[in-house]
Amino acid sequence: MAHSGINIIFEGANFARLMGGLWVTIRVALISIAIGGVLGILLGVLRTFHNRLLRFVLRLYLEFFRIIPTVALLFLFYYILPKDMHLNLPAEEVAVIVFTLWMAAEASDIVRGALESVPQHQIESGLAIGLSRNQLYRFVLVPQSIKLMMPALINLVTRIIKTTSLLLMISVLDVINVGQQIIEANQQQYPQGAFWIYGAIFFLYFIICYPFSLLAKRLQRNK
Amino acid sequence: MADELLRVENLNKAYGDQPVLHDINFEVNTGEVLVLLGPSGSGKSTLIRCLNGLEPYQSGDIYFKGDHVTPSSKNWQKLRQKIGMVFQSYDLFPNLKIMDNITLGPIKVQKQAKNVAEKEALALLDSVDLADYAQKYPRELSGGQKQRIAIVRALALHPEFMLFDEVTASLDPEMVRGVLEIMLDLAKQKMTMIVVTHEMNFAHQIANQVLFLEEGRILESTPGAQFFTDPKTDRAKEFLQSMDF
Repeated sequence: MAHSGINIIFEGANFARLMGGLWVTIRVALISIAIGGVLGILLGVLRTFHNRLLRFVLRLYLEFFRIIPTVALLFLFYYILPKDMHLNLPAEEVAVIVFTLWMAAEASDIVRGALESVPQHQIESGLAIGLSRNQLYRFVLVPQSIKLMMPALINLVTRIIKTTSLLLMISVLDVINVGQQIIEANQQQYPQGAFWIYGAIFFLYFIICYPFSLLAKRLQRNK
Repeated sequence: MADELLRVENLNKAYGDQPVLHDINFEVNTGEVLVLLGPSGSGKSTLIRCLNGLEPYQSGDIYFKGDHVTPSSKNWQKLRQKIGMVFQSYDLFPNLKIMDNITLGPIKVQKQAKNVAEKEALALLDSVDLADYAQKYPRELSGGQKQRIAIVRALALHPEFMLFDEVTASLDPEMVRGVLEIMLDLAKQKMTMIVVTHEMNFAHQIANQVLFLEEGRILESTPGAQFFTDPKTDRAKEFLQSMDF
């Protein structure tokens, strides 16, 4: 086994570096999901209001983030923010901004859909006992729609995690980027290195995303 | 007219070009039960929903205890605490236990202390024989039980009058009686009520006054005792015959 390819993973500090890259990946994903999730709920609630201008602006925002490929968004923010707005942020922070805005946009649509599928009768009986609009959302509409939105939200979370694999495009040292560096640095000694490193990365993404997949399935069953 | 509670003057409502209520005028005194009768599509439900601001109206005036009601959503929100409403499809909040369904309004809207509100809710539940269900969720109850809870939920706010919109229409026949008995009890306690119903025997028992509507107009307004034996209009006679009364 002296020259078995799998050793590349444990050669020198390789394993620790992969884990470090993975931590960057998870950090970007988690921060974006948390902030974007809260923002998405707020925007989703706003999108159920009858203000036309508000609806139009939020719709535009959603479509912008839904239609433009994430790579293009990353480049857009990575190159335009410093050049035209003199905002020189580290790549990882640019990534968090893009992923947060993307999460918020997509989550807002899920939240809006769930809120609008709560029957009109529920709104009326809430109003009939004198609830204000805020109270109606807080005690009646949002709690009832959370169950409806969970499967789609979890699906979105796994998409966000998987799409962090694009972070290397703007030179964030995420797990993929670290993996490539390891493969290149060990090219001579481990010609088959790519297979093992990407195999390991596959496995790492799998163990992060699979629990969400199971959770979504369980929630779907309990509905 | 010292005890006039609600007066409606020249109320008109249309959905787009389609008029649904024409020039509605009536009044209800404190402690009276007003029953709205008429074929389906006559505007009864629309009218009763106008009375707590769930439906906007194009023109006309509503007076509550002699004060003109400004039809703004803020104002309606305040007034709705004084107006109990029960709907055909009960509409308890499925995410809340029975107790929380009942105390949501008293605690959040009227700012009552939690223990006070819960104590009263229990007493009300007891009066409709459902005290054992306080900690259950609506899905665990039958339709008739849910409707009784919906009445309790409205009563918990100490309303000055109650609106009932076909509250037995979607119940199994054997469930209907329990709900109607609660309403008869309320009438005995001199609760002011406006009731839309298709239960003619019940209407006869409970009505002090009947408004008979067709195509959005009031065809006649007659004391309850007289309406069921000797209605003023031929149309009302036909209607009563068609209802097998």
